[in-house]
Amino acid sequence: MLDVKKIRNDFPMFKNAEKTTPNLIYFDNAATTFKPQSVIDAVVRYYTSQSVNIHRGDYELSYQVSDEYEQTRKAVARFIRSEEREVVFTSGASASLNLVAYGYGQKFLKKGDVILSSEAEHASNILPWFKTAEVTGAVIEYIELTEEGELTIENFKKAMHEGVKVVAVAHITNVLGFIAPIKEMATIAHEYGAIISVDGAQSVPHIKTDVRDWDIDFLSFSAHKMVGPTGVGVLFGKYKLLEKMDPFMLGGGSNARFDICGNILLKNPPFKFEAGTPAIEAVLGLKAAILYLEEVGMDNIEEYEHDLRNYMVEKLQQLPNIHLYNPHAATGIVTFNVERIFAQDAAMYLNSQGIAVRSGTHCAKILIDVLKTSETIRSSVYFYNTKEEVDRFIQVCSEITLEKCVDLYL
Amino acid sequence: MSDMLKDPMILRQIIMDHYEYPRHHHLSGDEGYGSIHMASDSCIDDITVQAKIENGIVTDVNFDGVACTISTASTSIMTELIIGKTIDEAKKIIDEYNLMIEMKQFDEDILQEAVAFHQVGKQANRIKCATIGWKAILQLVEESEEKHE
Repeated sequence: MLDVKKIRNDFPMFKNAEKTTPNLIYFDNAATTFKPQSVIDAVVRYYTSQSVNIHRGDYELSYQVSDEYEQTRKAVARFIRSEEREVVFTSGASASLNLVAYGYGQKFLKKGDVILSSEAEHASNILPWFKTAEVTGAVIEYIELTEEGELTIENFKKAMHEGVKVVAVAHITNVLGFIAPIKEMATIAHEYGAIISVDGAQSVPHIKTDVRDWDIDFLSFSAHKMVGPTGVGVLFGKYKLLEKMDPFMLGGGSNARFDICGNILLKNPPFKFEAGTPAIEAVLGLKAAILYLEEVGMDNIEEYEHDLRNYMVEKLQQLPNIHLYNPHAATGIVTFNVERIFAQDAAMYLNSQGIAVRSGTHCAKILIDVLKTSETIRSSVYFYNTKEEVDRFIQVCSEITLEKCVDLYL
Repeated sequence: MSDMLKDPMILRQIIMDHYEYPRHHHLSGDEGYGSIHMASDSCIDDITVQAKIENGIVTDVNFDGVACTISTASTSIMTELIIGKTIDEAKKIIDEYNLMIEMKQFDEDILQEAVAFHQVGKQANRIKCATIGWKAILQLVEESEEKHE
């Protein structure tokens, strides 16, 4: 069981937000998360005591920071059950997903090859494939979703065929929060000779990750959605695939040597993908974030969020003015609308009561066809949210009227 | 300040009425209409406004699309105010509306029901919503002027 009170004390935002937004309830964790003091300290420590570059200097401080930087790679590998050399640091999940589409997709896909995805994908997981399709002549096909927007193994099997070369799906979708059966999907994809690239931005922070057990080929995620700093993310790739694919950009740190004739010898993965000076402080902060999550325990986090979500859903279902879109999803994302009120207006009313949620299409603009609505409100909890917060959220939801939304502007 | 401006109940009623029953909320297939698609990149608002302008008079204005309460109501009110006006009259109304949104002195008589938005300017993040339809009509009016110059 989590000691949420103790956990909240680790996050200075809860105390500091009181000054600007009294009684803030932060339910926009699918967008980004608060940071514990240990992560903040790691970031600040780099600037105050370790402010040199990595993998370059012939001096003690640089060795030390380089070593710490690589310690993060080790921590990530442990956290997702991969090898260290399969962990590429990027600027975030979007960069990781683009790296797969450009570095692998554009190199290996041919005219007529099929990229299989779903209509619930985040822009960052589908737009790079749109571009790859345009450049290579490959085509995108979609796995049919259930009425509630869930990706089932049956529908995946129906959509799979010999022409599919890449399966690109989110492990947990950012709008509806369903967990895709990616272990089974990976097995089937491989039977057809396809690779599977998984967007883990909404899953890695919330449930235990095991790329080896799942046997997936690529996994992309961001540090800032898992109590880590912004500006850094990870691409996990099976080493053989990382070896074959191209880097997205070239530059210092990614090459072993080059000459004036234009011959370039790239370093081995993961370093060939890490040209230029990275966000060193963010990488160091990511290690602190992983240590923090490991300390709390990913199983505990998953169980706690699941319970908190069920509690919220149960209460929301009792409100006659609320239309819930994903009552049966398993994770912390709850998507709904208030009857008769435009999502953004309802979200602004929640804001006026100190509750931070997200309204809109949530960067998954093609999902509209599945949900039959152009916009929704998304509430997303994390392990530092509480039942008391849910109670107040429910209370405010029960009181929303169009009159009150309009009154905000009078 | 008039009594109406001081009575939030009336202003609320105006906004709700135009949101729930927007006027001229359809698009015409008639070729005589100029048309502008307005999509905000910072929020969901995504509307199309069309106007028929003949001999210097705005004879019809329609709009359709997905938009929040403030966008829908402000655009609906705009259609009622602009239809039947000359280009010069229309531009005068648009100017007054913009002055009001900028929280400056404005003419209540000219703006009629549009005064319901006289406080929106206080909230920077909703100014776009309150002006999206108005920007569209201004553009349509100016385009029609250029054609006849």
